[in-house]
Amino acid sequence: MKRITAWRRRPWAGYAVVLAALVAIGVVYAGFSPRTDRAEAQSTAQAAEDLKNGQKLFDKNCASCHGLNAQGTKDAQGNAIAPSLIGVGAASVDFQVSTGRMPAANPGAQVPRKTPIPTFNTSIKTDYEEKDKREAAEKQKAQAEKNLADLRAYIASLGGGPEVPPASAVDPAKGNVALGGKLFRTNCAQCHSFTGQGGALTGGKYAPPLSKSDVTPTQMYEAMLTGPQAMPVFNDTTLTPQDKQAIISYLVKTREEPNPGGNSLGRIGPVTEGLAGWLVGIGLLVLAAMWITAKKPKKLKKS
Amino acid sequence: MSEATAPKAVEAPLTFLDDRLGSTTFFKRNMKKVFPDHWSFMLGEIALYSFIILLLTGTFLTLWFKPSMGEVVYNGSYTHLRGVTMSEAYASTLHISFDVRGGLLMRQIHHWAAVLFMAAILAHMLRVFFTGAYRKPRELNWLIGIGMFTLGMLEGLFGYSLPDDLLSGTGLRITQGVAESIPVVGTYLYMFLFGGEFPGQDIVPRLYMLHILLIPGLLLGMVTAHMMIMWVQKHTAMPVKNQTEHQVYGYPFYPVFMAKTGAYFLFTFGVLALLGAFAQINPIWLFGPYDPGAISSGSQPDWYMGPLEGALRIMPNWEITALGHTLSLNVLIPALVPLGIIFGGAAAWPWVEAWVTGDRRHHHVNTRPRNAPVRTATGMAAVAFYGLLWLAGANDILADKFHISLFATTWFFRVMVFVGPFLAFIITKRICLGLQRKDADVIGHGVESGVIMMSPEGKFSERHEPARDEEKQVILSKENARLQPPARDARGIPAPGAKGPLGHLRARLNRAWTFDDIPVEEHGHGEQEEIEGGRTSQEISH
Amino acid sequence: MSDDNKETAGSTGPHEQGGRRERVIGTPSPAREKALLAEDDISAPAGVGEQLDERSAKRAERIVAAFFLLAFLASVVFIAYFIGWSGRDGGMHGVTDARETNFWLGGTMALAFLAMAVGVTIWVRRLMTSKPIVQERHELAADEASRAAFNRDFLEGAQDSGITKRPLLRRTLLLAAAPLGLAPLVLLRDLGPLPEKKLRHTFWGEAVKLAQAQGKKGVRLVVDGTNRPLKVSDFATPGSMITVLPEGIEEHLPEDQVLTQVAKAVTILINVPQEQFKPAKGRENWHVNGVVAYSKVCTHVGCPAALYEQTTHHILCPCHQSTFDATDAAKVIFGPAARPLPQLPLSVEDGYIIATSDYHEPIGPSFWERG
Repeated sequence: MKRITAWRRRPWAGYAVVLAALVAIGVVYAGFSPRTDRAEAQSTAQAAEDLKNGQKLFDKNCASCHGLNAQGTKDAQGNAIAPSLIGVGAASVDFQVSTGRMPAANPGAQVPRKTPIPTFNTSIKTDYEEKDKREAAEKQKAQAEKNLADLRAYIASLGGGPEVPPASAVDPAKGNVALGGKLFRTNCAQCHSFTGQGGALTGGKYAPPLSKSDVTPTQMYEAMLTGPQAMPVFNDTTLTPQDKQAIISYLVKTREEPNPGGNSLGRIGPVTEGLAGWLVGIGLLVLAAMWITAKKPKKLKKS
Repeated sequence: MSEATAPKAVEAPLTFLDDRLGSTTFFKRNMKKVFPDHWSFMLGEIALYSFIILLLTGTFLTLWFKPSMGEVVYNGSYTHLRGVTMSEAYASTLHISFDVRGGLLMRQIHHWAAVLFMAAILAHMLRVFFTGAYRKPRELNWLIGIGMFTLGMLEGLFGYSLPDDLLSGTGLRITQGVAESIPVVGTYLYMFLFGGEFPGQDIVPRLYMLHILLIPGLLLGMVTAHMMIMWVQKHTAMPVKNQTEHQVYGYPFYPVFMAKTGAYFLFTFGVLALLGAFAQINPIWLFGPYDPGAISSGSQPDWYMGPLEGALRIMPNWEITALGHTLSLNVLIPALVPLGIIFGGAAAWPWVEAWVTGDRRHHHVNTRPRNAPVRTATGMAAVAFYGLLWLAGANDILADKFHISLFATTWFFRVMVFVGPFLAFIITKRICLGLQRKDADVIGHGVESGVIMMSPEGKFSERHEPARDEEKQVILSKENARLQPPARDARGIPAPGAKGPLGHLRARLNRAWTFDDIPVEEHGHGEQEEIEGGRTSQEISH
Repeated sequence: MSDDNKETAGSTGPHEQGGRRERVIGTPSPAREKALLAEDDISAPAGVGEQLDERSAKRAERIVAAFFLLAFLASVVFIAYFIGWSGRDGGMHGVTDARETNFWLGGTMALAFLAMAVGVTIWVRRLMTSKPIVQERHELAADEASRAAFNRDFLEGAQDSGITKRPLLRRTLLLAAAPLGLAPLVLLRDLGPLPEKKLRHTFWGEAVKLAQAQGKKGVRLVVDGTNRPLKVSDFATPGSMITVLPEGIEEHLPEDQVLTQVAKAVTILINVPQEQFKPAKGRENWHVNGVVAYSKVCTHVGCPAALYEQTTHHILCPCHQSTFDATDAAKVIFGPAARPLPQLPLSVEDGYIIATSDYHEPIGPSFWERG
C-alpha cells in the first residue's frame, strides 16, 4: 500500500493512469471489435445474398431471353432476340420491370405495358379492412420491392449504368411547368401527342399514353434517361434533371387538370370533335327535324 | 271574324310601312306561301341557323380577341403557361377562355357551330343531289351551295388559325408549304400572303380581316341570294300524294312554317349550347403557343379539311426536277385534284346530266334515289371517295387506336381510294335496281296480304291485294327511262349534234343511263311475267 | 313528347294495319312511311282551320306553357348565376372557375333554348289549326310577248345610246376601263417582299459567320428551350435525340424575327450508333462519331419531322408520315416527301459540338425556283 502511495507521488503517475485507462478502453474495445467485424461481414453477406437473390430472380425470369450472363441472345439469322443487359443500369431495369413490360409475354412489334408479375408487383392493393389480409398484402409488397431492388442491384453489378432517380428529383410539385410544356412539345409531343395521349409509330409500334395515373413520375424519368424500345434517349447532360423534372411536372399537372369545356373527347384534337359534331350535333338535329315534320297528332273535335 | 282587325300594336307599324313602301301587297302575297314538309328539307336550315349563331358568337369574341402576333409574356390565370412568351393572339384567346365569363362557352359554341355549319351544308347537298333537286330550274342555287361550302372551308381554316396555338400553327405551316409548291408563282404567293417568311408578323391580322369581314360578307350575300332564289322558285317537294309539277302542297308560311322553322332555330341553338357546355372543343391551352420547332402527333385539321389532309398523306412522293425548276406533284396533286374532281364534278353535274338524258324540262318534284340509279350510284361513289380521303386524314389515329401498322393504313387508303368508289358505284346501282324491281312487283303483283288461300286442288297460295293509293302514288312517281333515239329531223337525217365523237359519247352515256331501267307501270296480274321477261331480254341485248 | 304519341294512338288506329302491311313489303324508311300516312285525311279547301277537341287542346296548351316556363326559369338561372355567383371571390379566373361557369351558363342556356324549341314544336303539332293548302307553281320564265318587248326595248336603248353605231366610243371606253381594273392588283404588290434568296439561307450561316469573325471554327449547338450548349461528351449516349438551334439566335436577332428564323434553323441532333452510321459521299466529316444533325423542317410541306425511333433509326414526320433514314443521310424511305432532310455539317471545338457552315441546300418544302 505504501509503495503504491509512493508511486502515486511520482511525476509520471498521472500519465500512467491515463495510459492505463486508454489501454483498458482499448482492451474493452478490442473485446467488442470482433463482434463489429462480424456485423460487417454479416452485411456483406446480406448484400451477397441480395445479389444472389437478384441473380436467382434474373435466372428465373429473364435469362431465358437475355442469356444466363445477361449478354443478350440472337436467333439463327443473327438477329437479336433480346439485348445485352450489361451496362443498361438500374434505371432501365426498374422501368422495364415496374411497368410490367419485362418479363415480356410474347415478342411482337412492341412490348406493351401490363401489370407486373406478382414477384415484382410493387403497386398491389394493401388498404384492406381486415388486419391479416392487410398484413399479408403489405408483406407481399415489401417482398416485391426487395425483389425489384435485388434485381436492379444484380444488373447494376454487371456493368453500372444509369441509377434510379431519387424521389426528390421526380416530384412534380417542384418542376417548372411552363418550361416543361415547351420541352415536351419540342421533344416528346411528336410521338406522345400534346398532352401525352400517345400516338402511332411505324410498323405497328406506338408511343404509349402517359396520361393515365399508373405512369409514375419515376417511370417517366427513367424512360427519358434510358430510352426504352423505340424511344430515343435524353440523358442527364442533354436534358438536365431539372429539365426532366419540368417535363414530369407538365405531364402530371396537365393530366390532373380538369377540362373546363366539358367532356375532353379524349384530348386528341379535331378527329373526335368532327365525329361528335356529325354524330351528336347532326344526329340530334335530324331527330328534331323528324319530330317537327312528322304527321300531325292533333285531336280533332268529334263531329 | 273576317271583319276583325289586327291589334293596334301590329296594325300601326304595318300601316306605317305600307304607307311608305307598299309592303302590304308583298306580305299579302307571301304570308301564305306553301312549304312542303319533309325532315330532310330542314338540313339546310341547320346551316342557315349555324351561320347566324356564328355571326353572333363571333361578334362577341372580337370584343376581346387581339389579332396581333406581337410577343408578350403570359401572366394570366392559366397557371401552366405563366412566364411563357407567346403572341398576343394566343394570350387574348386564353384571356377569353379563362377570364371572360361565358367567353369559353362562346368560343366553344362558335367552333361547334362552324363544325355543324359545314356538316349541315354537306348533308343538305347530299339530300339535294340524291333527290335530283338541283335540276332545272335550280342549277344556280346548286352552284351557290358549292361556292358556300368552298368558302366555308377557307373561313374555317382561317378561323381556327387565329388563336396561334401549336395545332393551328401547324395547319398554317402546311398551308404555307402547299402555297410554296405552286409552280412559277408559289414563292411570291407565299411571301405576299405571310408578308415575308413564315410565320412573320402579318398572317394573323390578315387572316382576321378575311375571317371576320371579307368571307362572312361574301357568305352573307350568297346566303341571301340562296334564300331569295328558293323563295321565288318555291321549294321542291317529295314525290308523294298531292304533289305535282304544277302544284305545291303543304303548310302555309304563316303561321305554321314560321313556327316550325322558329322551333328549329331554337333546336339548333339549343344543341350548339349543349355541345358548347358539355363537349370541349379546340382546347388551345393544352396545345400551347405556336413554336416552329414543336409538333404533336395526331395533328389534324377540322373535319372539312380532312380530305385534303388525307390526300396529302397518301400521295406517293412524285417530284420532277428539270431545267433548274422543281415541280412538286406530291403536293400539287393532292391539293388540287381530289377536291377538284368533287367540286368541279358537282358543279358540272346538272348540265352533264341534262346533256346525257336530253331532259331539259323543269323539275319541281324530286326523284326517289332508286329511280335514277346512275345518279345515285355516282353520288355514292363520290361519298366513298370523299369519305376514304377523310379517313386517310386520320390514319395515324386509326393506326394508334386499332393497333395497325401505320404504313399499312397508308397503303390501304392508296388502293381503296380507287377501288372504293368503284365498288360503291356497282353496289349502289344494284341496290337501286333491286328496289325498282320490287316496286314493279308491288304495282304489277300487289301486296302480300298475309291471307293464305287453299285452291280446290289443295294448293296453298297467298292472296295479293293492290297497294294502297298513297303507296302507289309514290311508286308511280317513277318516270320510266326511255332510250333516247338519235335526234332526227323530219326527213330522217340525224341532227348535227348526234354525229361525231361527242355525239357518240352522248349516245353511249345515254344508253348507260337507261339500259337497265326497270319499267314500273300499272299492269294486270298476269302480265307480271312479261314485264320480267321483257326486261331480261332487253338486258341481254346490251 | 311521349304523351302526344299516346293520344294519337287512338286516332291513327285505323291506319295501324296499313302501316304494318307496308312494313311487310318493306317501304324504304319509317320516315317515308310517316310521310305517306300524313296525307290521308286532308282535302279541305285552303286555309280553313280545323276544330280541335277542346279537352286535349287544353292539355296540350298546359304542356306547352310548362315548357315555356321551364325556358323562362333556365334563362333566369342563367342571369342570376352570372350576376350572383360567377363573379364571387374576385371573378372568374383559371381552369376550375372556367369549368364551373361554362357548366352553368352553357347548361342553362341549352335548357332554355331546348325547352322553348320543344314548346313551340308541341304547339305547332297539337294546337295550330291550319290545314295543308295547295298553291300553283307559276311558270318562272316570262311569256313570249314580254320577252319580245324587252328585246325590242333593249336594242332600242342600245341604238339610242349610240354604242352600237360608234365603235370608237366603245373601244376607247374598254381601253379606259382595262388599266383601271388592274390598279387594285398593283396596289397589292406591297403585301410582302420578293422571295429573292431568302429561302436558300438559314440563320446557321449567319451564326457561323459571326463565330468565325471571333476567330472560332463554327457556332455551337444549343438545346431548344434551355439554350444549353452541347458538348460532345454531353450527347454521348447512343440513341439520343434533341432539338437544337444555333447559339445566340435570340440575342442576335430583333425580337420580331426570332420565330421566323427559328422556323428555318430548327434542327434535330441524333446520336446514331457509329457502327450503323453510313456517311454520305462528300459528307464523311459532317458527323461527330455518329452524332448527326438534320433539318427539322420536313421537305414535304414543312412540318417539324421530329419523330425519331432509336431502334429503326427512322425519322418520321407526324403530319403526313414521310419517313427518313437517319443512318443514311436522311434518305426518304416512305411517304409523300420527295427529298432527304438537308444535313448540317458538324465538327468539334473545345469539346463542344459546332456547325461549320449553313445547310448546303434550301431547307423545307420544294418550290419552283429550287432546282
